Amino acid sequence: MVSTASSYLDPLLFAVLPYVVFFTFFLVTIQRYRMRTFSYSSLSSQFLENRRHFWGLVPFHYGILVVLTGHVVAFLFPRELLLFNSRPIRLYILEASALIFGLLTLVGLVASVARRFEVSKIRKVTSVSDWVLFALLLVQVVSGIYVAVFHPWGSSWFAASVTPYLWSLVKMNPDFTSIAAMPLSVKLHIVNAYLVIGFMPFTRLVHVLVVPNPYLWRRPQVVRWYRRPGPSPAGKS
Amino acid sequence: MNVRSQISMVFHLDKCIGCHTCSIACKNIWTDRRGAEYMWWNNVETKPGCGYPTQWENQEKYRGGWERADGKLRLRSTGKGKVIFNIFHHPHMPSMDDYYEPWTYDYQHLFNAPEGPDQPTARPISMVTGEPIDIKAGPNWDDDLGGSPIYAENDPNLEGLTEEQKQQLSAIERLVFFYFPRICNHCLNPACVASCPSGALYKRGEDGIVLVDQNRCRAWRSCIAACPYKKVFFNWFAGKSEKCILCFPRIETGQAPACFHSCVGRIRYLGVLLYDAERIEEVAKSPDEELVEAQRSMILDPWDPEVIRAAREAGIPDAMVEAAQRSPVYKFVKQWKLALPPHIEYRTLPMLFYVPPMSPVMASREQNEAVEHVSDDLFHDIDAARVPMRFLANLFGAGHEAKVRYALRKQKAVRWYRRALTVGDVEMETAERMLREADCSPEEAEQIYRLTSLCTFAERFVIPPEHREQAIEMLEDPGEHRTTAGFGFLTGPGRAM
Ligand code: SF4
Ligand code: SF4
Repeated sequence: MVSTASSYLDPLLFAVLPYVVFFTFFLVTIQRYRMRTFSYSSLSSQFLENRRHFWGLVPFHYGILVVLTGHVVAFLFPRELLLFNSRPIRLYILEASALIFGLLTLVGLVASVARRFEVSKIRKVTSVSDWVLFALLLVQVVSGIYVAVFHPWGSSWFAASVTPYLWSLVKMNPDFTSIAAMPLSVKLHIVNAYLVIGFMPFTRLVHVLVVPNPYLWRRPQVVRWYRRPGPSPAGKS
Repeated sequence: MNVRSQISMVFHLDKCIGCHTCSIACKNIWTDRRGAEYMWWNNVETKPGCGYPTQWENQEKYRGGWERADGKLRLRSTGKGKVIFNIFHHPHMPSMDDYYEPWTYDYQHLFNAPEGPDQPTARPISMVTGEPIDIKAGPNWDDDLGGSPIYAENDPNLEGLTEEQKQQLSAIERLVFFYFPRICNHCLNPACVASCPSGALYKRGEDGIVLVDQNRCRAWRSCIAACPYKKVFFNWFAGKSEKCILCFPRIETGQAPACFHSCVGRIRYLGVLLYDAERIEEVAKSPDEELVEAQRSMILDPWDPEVIRAAREAGIPDAMVEAAQRSPVYKFVKQWKLALPPHIEYRTLPMLFYVPPMSPVMASREQNEAVEHVSDDLFHDIDAARVPMRFLANLFGAGHEAKVRYALRKQKAVRWYRRALTVGDVEMETAERMLREADCSPEEAEQIYRLTSLCTFAERFVIPPEHREQAIEMLEDPGEHRTTAGFGFLTGPGRAM
């Protein structure tokens, strides 16, 4: 499995690239937030086209949210996950639902891309960075589904092999031996994920960083006073 | 008592001539930009008619405003629970098709067309895609189309009218309609603000103007669905919400908003109202038939020493209170009870009030007589008029006729009184009796007449000094930016990457 090419490439892709993309990610998102807050927008196109928007955006978002949550759980609670998977029936159910949500994501993504291609109004508001982002996301979702189908039980081997690798990155002591032995599709999925993260600050994807959680506990009306010092009292009705 | 000040408005519908000057003034200043072409922060509708966006009053479709549910107020379109589900795709959001696709014409073709047997034409070009389009709708598409079967007949305010009344609205040669200019109402209980997940919309404490903080807007679109008047717009190019700002830069420099300033019919009045902010929720929860009165009752008397004291305590400058005392809006809304809020059943407590129109009502009766026939019931024709009372009540009385009837009766009494005074074809005795029956004294009638017909610029617009320059200097030191950078935006508000 370990060819000469990959012995040069692997350190680059799995030990250097992650740091590069995370550095870019934090630097650019923070700087963009400070200098160009205005540009933080989901740039919704629902206003221009309503019906197909539903069939693209809804499956995509629900799908991706569930799948991402799965990844995060495997990253944070590998032991618990392995324990959960120790009964085959639970493992099958988990894997099957992960696949279903993955497919849901793909359906939504393809529908969104098709909509952007076919509706002329939407094409008009699609930028180069949107197209690049779509390409990256497509690679990501397709490779993810491929892995789920052809290298099953990912919920277990992710927790066993990928999680330690990711933690080694966090601890600034990258150890990618477990990754180096992985099939190509998995490697592609990981590298492409880094690309998505690295490219994200330059796209509309930054909207996930500003999801509005305070809404759930603030009071409905917002009043801002200019003559009264202090923070704008969100929540005075 | 928690006194707050609010810049409020009255539109006197009896005087609107439907010229759209107001809309153009606004468009030229604020919405002549990419992404905003289709927006009309000020628009003038023909009633009965579908309005802009089409059928905006149909809340079965758009789910705007608030509803009462088990003693609580709830947004119809969204809310804490629903916001998560609506954020990917808002089910009740209007799309561009509900407004219209903006266009221009290919004028260059008139100059550049190759020589040929036919005259070249300037084809309509979409301002979104740049491609030729077939125009299917436009701003104000049903202007003056009262009586038309596709537009007027679909007016949601026709609900509850008898078949006969509907027919009478569109009878051939006796067709009737009136104009309904609209801007954001700068509501006391704004649904747009309450719906924004990012907290980008806010009400200014000092003057109640409702604004969108575009640096915080993330295009979640909740406000667009939540405003029952459809007065928040989505800029499809910038990916941000926008709305009427009541020309606050003009107000802060003592000028009337552009639509007010330019109004040809002089139908617009602007002034300060003091109100009790503690009562907002309670008032907004009142039953339909009490809403108009409840909102009136939260507006405070600016001469009452108790109110003045509480206003000082709340940090309201004396100049603001003084402006409230001279406010024409206070007179129309509270003293004379002539002006009514539009669709208060949406429970946003709008602060733009309308004097219901009566010209077509009067002109409709006894076509050949200059002066109406006077029966024992001097006001009989108000109820028999061609714009059915129920229609006006649906617009201005939450479906209840009493307040609208009161306003119309008073207007009619004032007219007859003036007529007795100046033309002399009405007995003064009759006129005085009408005044009495309409709950109006001769002095009040004089004042109403003056403020309606002879009002000067300064009487129509009583703009309080806002002292914003001082307020801003408290927050930002202009010296800090000297020799380093410009003021305000360091980068223009361009579309994101
Ligand atoms: S009219 Fe609509 S946009 Fe204006 S304050 Fe009221 S709810 Fe908000
Ligand atoms: S400018 Fe005045 S009179 Fe003309 S349409 Fe507007 S509100 Fe009516």
